[in-house]
Amino acid sequence: MYPSRFSYEAPRSLSEAISLLHDGGEDAKVLAGGQSLVPLMKLRFASPELLVDINNIPGLDYHRADADGSIRVGALCRHADLERSALLKDKQPVMAAAAPLIADPIVRNRGTLVGSLCHADPQGDWASVVTALGGHVVAQGPAGKRTIPVASFVTGPFQNTLAYDEIAIEAVIPAPNGTPAGGYLKLERRVGDFATVGVAVAIETSGGRGGVVSRAGIALTGVGGSTINAAEAADALLGAPLSAETMERAADLAAQASNPRTDHRGSAEYKRHMVRTFVVRILNRADGAGPAANGTAAERAA
Amino acid sequence: MTIVYEDRGDETTADVPVRRIKFTINGQKMIAEVEPRLLLSHLIRRGLQLTGTHMGCDTTNCGACTVLVDGRPVKSCTMLAVQADGHEISTVEGLAGPSELHPLQEGFKQEHGLQCGFCTPGMMMAAKALLAENPDPTEDEVRWALSGNLCRCTGYQNIVKSVLWAAEKLRGSGA
Repeated sequence: MYPSRFSYEAPRSLSEAISLLHDGGEDAKVLAGGQSLVPLMKLRFASPELLVDINNIPGLDYHRADADGSIRVGALCRHADLERSALLKDKQPVMAAAAPLIADPIVRNRGTLVGSLCHADPQGDWASVVTALGGHVVAQGPAGKRTIPVASFVTGPFQNTLAYDEIAIEAVIPAPNGTPAGGYLKLERRVGDFATVGVAVAIETSGGRGGVVSRAGIALTGVGGSTINAAEAADALLGAPLSAETMERAADLAAQASNPRTDHRGSAEYKRHMVRTFVVRILNRADGAGPAANGTAAERAA
Repeated sequence: MTIVYEDRGDETTADVPVRRIKFTINGQKMIAEVEPRLLLSHLIRRGLQLTGTHMGCDTTNCGACTVLVDGRPVKSCTMLAVQADGHEISTVEGLAGPSELHPLQEGFKQEHGLQCGFCTPGMMMAAKALLAENPDPTEDEVRWALSGNLCRCTGYQNIVKSVLWAAEKLRGSGA
């Protein structure tokens, strides 16, 4: 298979890339990691007339912590960079848990977090993780930069709020006020398959682990037409230390917020049950002294 | 370099965008003229006639087409050939020396790491990147690193053993 014919530009600066997109109009598309776009083009589900490859633009492959503790992930930072990141292991347990679960190890060498957010696949993992963390996307266009919360950046399946001549240049995870904890769990039939169910839970506690929950986010992958921001479930955790009751309550509300469909990956009932199970499992570990919940081989088989 | 396509009657010869790229393949510097929609796997197999890189699923699942781009394993069916411009590509043909097999190839032979052999080039390239980063991997780490490569014959047991065999040999040789 090969894509239909397109023009190709590989600019060396952001301003050049933006003006190419501007001139290209609605039929132009940005190419970053290409791990979703290229397969779609080969299947002819996408046939852009112009591809603007941003891989040769220097200075976009970073991920770093700002002085205030917020984490910035550039448009060319690959999943594999995040998987190997000492910074995330140290500062951002939810992202550190998710990075090794994205696609498969080979795809992780090319694919990018920002690209995954832009692609807005309802079964994409990063959108849930960044939603649970309350992150946002920085977009740059001819008129300058603007900031868009991820929860409103993704407007539906494969749809985002970028204008045709804007590029998402980075994702930003705000600095925690308390002690961050949580994780991402994904049920998949095999490595590289889309999530049957994915759950991201991010909490912050004041006064260290075991303290009062001061911020909470829960988001769900693969159990609805789009990434689900289970805000009510997250709110059930606020204002008290984690306890069996608050965990159960949040898990029930998250399961209620999910809207799964029965398909070849499992029944709707089973998926809803797994949402509940994963919320409790992540929170139990966030409460204990153990490592953040992440997906070991055994976890995925569970 | 000329790449010949099947004429499906839906294309004219006018206005075909072609770009000139420079890249290195298995240590050899090359220049090619490619249409932007040409996939890296097609450049390798059809353009360079290096047919050791296999096309399995053509949908980014199976990993049979795995090659190294600047040392990192990549599914060559999911990267455009134009994107190889300025980069270093390694394929399975680059593994063996002039008179001896690469330890990975030897390992797959010793431990019966292949049956039909279709997935083997991709397995070996993914394993090569693993061993460059981690010369002494555990069995779990080998399985993790190869989890993007599918094999429909072996059940993976002997593939994992082959990689561990190669790791030991490479450590012994100080390479």
